[in-house]
Amino acid sequence: MSPWLHKQRNLLDFTLSSLSRRRGKTLGMMAVYTSIVFVLASVMLFSHAIRREAATVLAKSPEVLVQRMVAGRHDLIPARYLDAIKGVRGVQSAEGRLWGYLFDPAAAANYTLMVPTNPRIEPGKVVIGDGVVRARSADPGDLMSFRAHDGALVQFKVDKTISRDSALVSADLFLVAEEDFRRLFGIAPGLFTDLAISVRNPREVTKIAEKIDAALPDTRIILRDEILRTYESVFDWREGMLLVLLAGSILAFAIFSWEKASGLSAEERREIGILKAVGWETGDVIRLKMLEGMVVSLSAFLIGYLLAYLHVFHFGAGLFEPVLKGWAVLYPKYRLAPFVDELQVATLFFFTVFPYTIATVVPIWRAAIVDPDTVMR
Amino acid sequence: MIHLSDVRKAFNQGKPNEFWALKGIDLSVRAGKVTVFRGPSGSGKTTLLTLVGCLARPTTGRVRLRDRDISGLPERFLTDIRRSTFGFVFQQFNLLKGISAVENVMVPAYPLGRCRTELSARAHALMDSLDIGPKAHSNAEWLSGGEAQRVAIARALINDPEVVIADEPTANLDSERSKQFLGIVETLKASGKTVLMTSHDPLVCDTEVVDHVVSLRDGQLVDTR
Amino acid sequence: MRKSDGFLIVWAALLGLFGASFVDAVMGLRQAQPGLAEKADMVERLGLTDLVLFTEARYTRHPSQADLHSAFQDHPFALDHFPTGSLLPPPMLKRHPG
Repeated sequence: MSPWLHKQRNLLDFTLSSLSRRRGKTLGMMAVYTSIVFVLASVMLFSHAIRREAATVLAKSPEVLVQRMVAGRHDLIPARYLDAIKGVRGVQSAEGRLWGYLFDPAAAANYTLMVPTNPRIEPGKVVIGDGVVRARSADPGDLMSFRAHDGALVQFKVDKTISRDSALVSADLFLVAEEDFRRLFGIAPGLFTDLAISVRNPREVTKIAEKIDAALPDTRIILRDEILRTYESVFDWREGMLLVLLAGSILAFAIFSWEKASGLSAEERREIGILKAVGWETGDVIRLKMLEGMVVSLSAFLIGYLLAYLHVFHFGAGLFEPVLKGWAVLYPKYRLAPFVDELQVATLFFFTVFPYTIATVVPIWRAAIVDPDTVMR
Repeated sequence: MIHLSDVRKAFNQGKPNEFWALKGIDLSVRAGKVTVFRGPSGSGKTTLLTLVGCLARPTTGRVRLRDRDISGLPERFLTDIRRSTFGFVFQQFNLLKGISAVENVMVPAYPLGRCRTELSARAHALMDSLDIGPKAHSNAEWLSGGEAQRVAIARALINDPEVVIADEPTANLDSERSKQFLGIVETLKASGKTVLMTSHDPLVCDTEVVDHVVSLRDGQLVDTR
Repeated sequence: MRKSDGFLIVWAALLGLFGASFVDAVMGLRQAQPGLAEKADMVERLGLTDLVLFTEARYTRHPSQADLHSAFQDHPFALDHFPTGSLLPPPMLKRHPG
């Protein structure tokens, strides 16, 4: 081994000795530090993974959606709008969608009702998502009944359930036949919830949207890009809120670590004097303290990150569930695909490890340039 | 081997509490001998020791180590010289608390990048030769005064310096232990080391092993023998 | 054994685990591909537009389909798209249904 390497090893030995004689303080510091990294990394990993998941999964959602707006609110759209849209050049196909929400008093939960066109559901039957299965403990063959708009009872027989694997997009789905949907809500034939349109050339999508907007001024047009963008920003917002809550504790930690790292006790000052007197250079003393800072902060980073990774990707981000769940009764049981952004990890590393290391070094630097003969006085 | 010419040292220079600890010292310390700086407290003997040992630089005047003028060297070089040439035994011993005695002994060698195995072997050998081998793994703060001093001596010797400097070595020891200390000084001298001490203890100044006694008062030399 | 040996072993283990977490991510991603494809397929087949994350209100269930500027949306206690939404408490009678 080269002398340089020996020197670093020796300094590391000494660093560990001096950290271990303040064992309580060091471990306490590490614990706080680790949990901060853990929470930050969890938020980061979770939100990134869910955004990427949304982007991947929703890549094939309808290209263009047309909704009718009445007095600033979404309203049912007549079928004749379809003809107008089919007349726009570049539109490949257009069809009316029927979907909405159904409040189930028995479970106090909101389901998303939908009429799929492929495959069609037989009247009187229903295909339900995993969340509905769990909320009602329903099995195929069970009967579920709801009161229609006019008070009449509408009964559904559970035909199939949707696999839990796709819960993230299907947990609250309640797929029914068109006849049942219209009967339940009293929607006349020829009215739809909104219209889904596909275009021939994806690059012309904005052009076509403009044309539809011109032809049908009382509509609002939602592009797939906007859907994807919604997911970029909606999670930013949720994450932002979590970060606001966290900001207080992060700030407290910053103050605490600054205080802890930068405040030199008389004892430490004396030690620096001794080290210098027995032949340590100022640079050696600084290197020692830097090692001390790195041992604490790098260990905290690694442990905190690893715990966060396990938490988010192997334990279903259990700690966030209360935050994300909100007032929802149906919460999907899902496992996120481990999308990890290396750059984000690097950023987290930079912002957690460096400030602390710097905070330990700055005051030492000031102390270490004192004359070594102070110990003799 | 060390020559001082017209050395003066001021503390708090330019402030109202300016104080001249040394007022013009001319002195030569010969290699392989034992020299004692003697004088009442406040006479400047400790300050003189820090100048000779490269712990501090004189305000004016020159300090030469062999043929090299070291009074104007920047701190880095001074540290280098101090580390390779001098070993210090401080009055309060200045051991680092919370770590073992043997680690204390090895501390000065850490920045030199020596192999840990050799280093530890050398530290243990030194401690054995000073009869504190069994205490190697005790924490520094559990040692008695005499033991702590011998640990400090071992620490001073770890880098195999030419000069050992001891500040008031017998101030915290009883006569019995002081005699033991002088015995150690004798072995050091026998192994060719130059020893420099400050003391006002007659037990030290009048021992055979001491070659030279330099008396100071109010920052000036009053007598040399 | 010297202190730094033990420590370096722990560090090496942590770094190894850190690296392993990336490998695990790559493998997990590969494993998740069929699931993702299935979900994407379902999205295409049913024309879905949103993730089922928050089912309490329509603008959280289908954020991309929500009315952009309707006050309170569907839920009086809702945090709107606007920061003021969090400042207005819901009417008392609506807070305790039944």
